[in-house]
Amino acid sequence: MVNRKVVGAHYGLRDWLVQRVTAVIMLVYGIAVAAFVLFASGASFEAWQALFACTWVKVLTTVTIVALLWHAWVGTRDIWMDYAYHTGVRLTLHVLTILWLVASFVYSVKVVWGA
Amino acid sequence: MNKTRPKHLALWQIRFPLPAIVSGLHRISGALLVLSIPFILYALEGSLSSAERFAAFKSCIGNPFVKLGLLVVLWGLLHHACAGTRFLLMDIHKGVDLPTARLSAKLVMAVSLVLTVVIGVVAW
Ligand code: HEM
Repeated sequence: MVNRKVVGAHYGLRDWLVQRVTAVIMLVYGIAVAAFVLFASGASFEAWQALFACTWVKVLTTVTIVALLWHAWVGTRDIWMDYAYHTGVRLTLHVLTILWLVASFVYSVKVVWGA
Repeated sequence: MNKTRPKHLALWQIRFPLPAIVSGLHRISGALLVLSIPFILYALEGSLSSAERFAAFKSCIGNPFVKLGLLVVLWGLLHHACAGTRFLLMDIHKGVDLPTARLSAKLVMAVSLVLTVVIGVVAW
């Protein structure tokens, strides 16, 4: 029986799998963008802006950012669970991490979809 | 559990094998990336903005210290992605034997460092 503590953990395969699936999503997106910069249209400023003007690129970028933030949440939570033993301290760190990631998400929507 | 085990490991006296260093750096680079999310988004915003804002953004990243910081983040990303891919392969039981694991650890270090230097030189 697992000794359950207030950590926000899911004790199991789910988060482990989330971390792997989100990692693969980021890899695919990252390689695609790197390939565009390297091989398509000489990586000009205009081509880059035209790429990110496409709705489908905005959608895929947003999906990847959600994957990134979810991945970052699972990973950061693992790190706090390893080093912060005091429940109150750990809970505070978890809340601060979530605020950091949610704020990043709001900012990313502004960046990707335009002010 | 055996109560007499040494509780305080003398980390500076232990010689870490390279795979351990790669693993440790994977965690450190992951934490670094989490901290740099807003800055990466800011860089994306700069690259997507109007010509005037883009000029301001360019002069901002033209600062040698900012550039150096960006290169550190770039190394973090490359190392984390390479080491992460290595872990993903190990999860599906690819390259778990010791010689291959040592070799892939060397590859991760080399690829991420070389790519960082190359991109750094090109972008400077
Ligand atoms: C580019 C593709 C990426 C891949 C392939 C990848 C892969 C992985 C994998 C496989 C793990 C699990 C390690 C383990 O369970 O031992 C992990 C952990 C982690 N990742 Fe990523 N990752 C990527 C991008 C990112 C990004 C962009 C961030 C931050 C914004 C990030 C932050 C973290 C953190 C904080 C951890 C926890 C580290 C630990 O527990 O030691 N990762 N990553």
